[in-house]
Amino acid sequence: MTDYIIKVEKLVKRFGKLVAVDDISFSVAPGEVFGFLGPNGAGKTTTINILCTLSKPTSGRATVNGFDVVRQQSQVRQSIGLVFQDPSLDVRLSGLQNLHFHASVYHMPASIRDQRIEQVLRIMELWDRRNSEVRTYSGGMKRRLELARGLLHYPKVLFLDEPTLGLDPQTRSHIWEYIHDLRQREGTTIFLTTHYMDEAENADRIAIIDYGKLVAMDTPERLKNIVGKDIISVKTDDNDRAVEEIRLRYRIEATRDSDGLTFEIANGEEFLPTFIREFDTKILSISLHRPSLDDVFLKLTGHEIRQEAASDEIKAIARQYGRRTRH
Amino acid sequence: MKLRQSLVNTVVARGTSAMNNLRGVYTLWYRDILIFGRDRLHIISSVTLPLLFVFVFGIGLSARMGFLAPGIDFAQFLFPGIIGMTILMSSFTAGVSVVWDREVGFLKEVLVAPISRASVAVGKTLGTATIALFQGIIILLFAPLLGISLSAWTVLALLPLMLLLAVSMSSLGIVLATRIRSMEAFHGVMSLLMFPMVFLSGAFFPLQGLPAWMDVLVKLNPVTYGIAPIRQVVLGASPDSLFGINLLGHTMSLWENVAVLALFAAAMILLAMWSFGRQE
Repeated sequence: MTDYIIKVEKLVKRFGKLVAVDDISFSVAPGEVFGFLGPNGAGKTTTINILCTLSKPTSGRATVNGFDVVRQQSQVRQSIGLVFQDPSLDVRLSGLQNLHFHASVYHMPASIRDQRIEQVLRIMELWDRRNSEVRTYSGGMKRRLELARGLLHYPKVLFLDEPTLGLDPQTRSHIWEYIHDLRQREGTTIFLTTHYMDEAENADRIAIIDYGKLVAMDTPERLKNIVGKDIISVKTDDNDRAVEEIRLRYRIEATRDSDGLTFEIANGEEFLPTFIREFDTKILSISLHRPSLDDVFLKLTGHEIRQEAASDEIKAIARQYGRRTRH
Repeated sequence: MKLRQSLVNTVVARGTSAMNNLRGVYTLWYRDILIFGRDRLHIISSVTLPLLFVFVFGIGLSARMGFLAPGIDFAQFLFPGIIGMTILMSSFTAGVSVVWDREVGFLKEVLVAPISRASVAVGKTLGTATIALFQGIIILLFAPLLGISLSAWTVLALLPLMLLLAVSMSSLGIVLATRIRSMEAFHGVMSLLMFPMVFLSGAFFPLQGLPAWMDVLVKLNPVTYGIAPIRQVVLGASPDSLFGINLLGHTMSLWENVAVLALFAAAMILLAMWSFGRQE
């Protein structure tokens, strides 16, 4: 096995004067959950489109599963599964028929097809509704069917482009359970794009992309360390004594606020148990605030990612609504 | 693990073989048939307008016009023309379904699949052409009501003629659909093309004694060469009668008509295959 399953070198994509992807290089290891994080229009979907052969790069090179995305398109396509940002089901067919179509165009032998279809439908809890027309499915069910379809043909890499856009929080966390389960079960590499910070936390490694450029790439933990240390807030029965004790014991200068004190420390989660065990002053309450990826993004790019998120939600809702009325 | 390794590897090793492309064609074809079969209302509504044309418009005009040729009244003359019209109008929906697939996103699923784009274009063409042929056959079943008797041989001879017209118009629809992105624009362009093609094809009237400008347009219209042979076979008429085409002083035989349409169909299919492959 090679040490990477996706390799991207100096990738550039221009649309006229607009540089959508600007000299990006990275690689993804087999079995990894790799997250592409950035606001809309940052170049995430453009990159995915190139990797899944829907679009050709202006310059640079990319391979998936060892195949060149320009010269070996059908091999790349056979190696990957996709869940697009926008729905891509035939709503006039049943869930089962959508999967049959997929199995057929992905050349699955009949001997393994039916068993596999049943398996993915059961994983996604859609088996009971397999014969209903997809137009009668809820938004979450459609997404799950798309996931079932994306992994049907045992892809080496599953691309998820904003997999939970416009879904309610409960459905989102459910879908993530399925994704983690899938990865454990089949060792599939997952390439994810998102502009939800909490969703990006699911990734082993995150690449932050902004205006087509790769700004940073690391594990969520290390990225958060860029911003600074964790913040611990403590309330004790004698705050003045606590400040003194922290200074002596850890050589950290805590700050007093109205009813407690706060101080910064690296790896707060590991520090906390020790702290509680050995601290002499009586602790009344304690809390740990970890820097979020929001803070990371802000620090690295100078602007917030969330600004566009709200309008995306509205667009997603409008899109769903538009579709429903058309049928 | 073993299973998935072997699936990807065997399929990848084969690459895009001829077998895989055939499977792509078949899958796309089957999907169109499946959707059409589920939609009973569509089946009924698709033959209503043509039947109105024949039995109301045709018979209504026949009452005043009398016979166009010995033993052939206007309704009987119109009948094969309406079969052609039905096939043409139904075939154009190949384009509509591609635009629809793009709008609802399903086209993406098709475009990233490991089958060639050309096989997608051929599968869609054949799927729609089959449905159009089916509708043409339904109209054909009404022949006895107009006093037209069809032998089994006639019907057998008609099938390839109808299919050829269906294939040429389906692939034309697909070529348009790869260029036109919005449903509204496609409907606009479709009716802009479809109605002149029907009206100027000889579906509704004989092609003799037309004004010069109309004569030119009729003979530039590929559909003309699809309607004439269908009519000649249905009515058992000879090509040099009121039912044929006179091109630059030459009376086109049935085979010559078929050859013109076949050339057009081949060009359109190749264009559709090429055009489909260029989509991003």
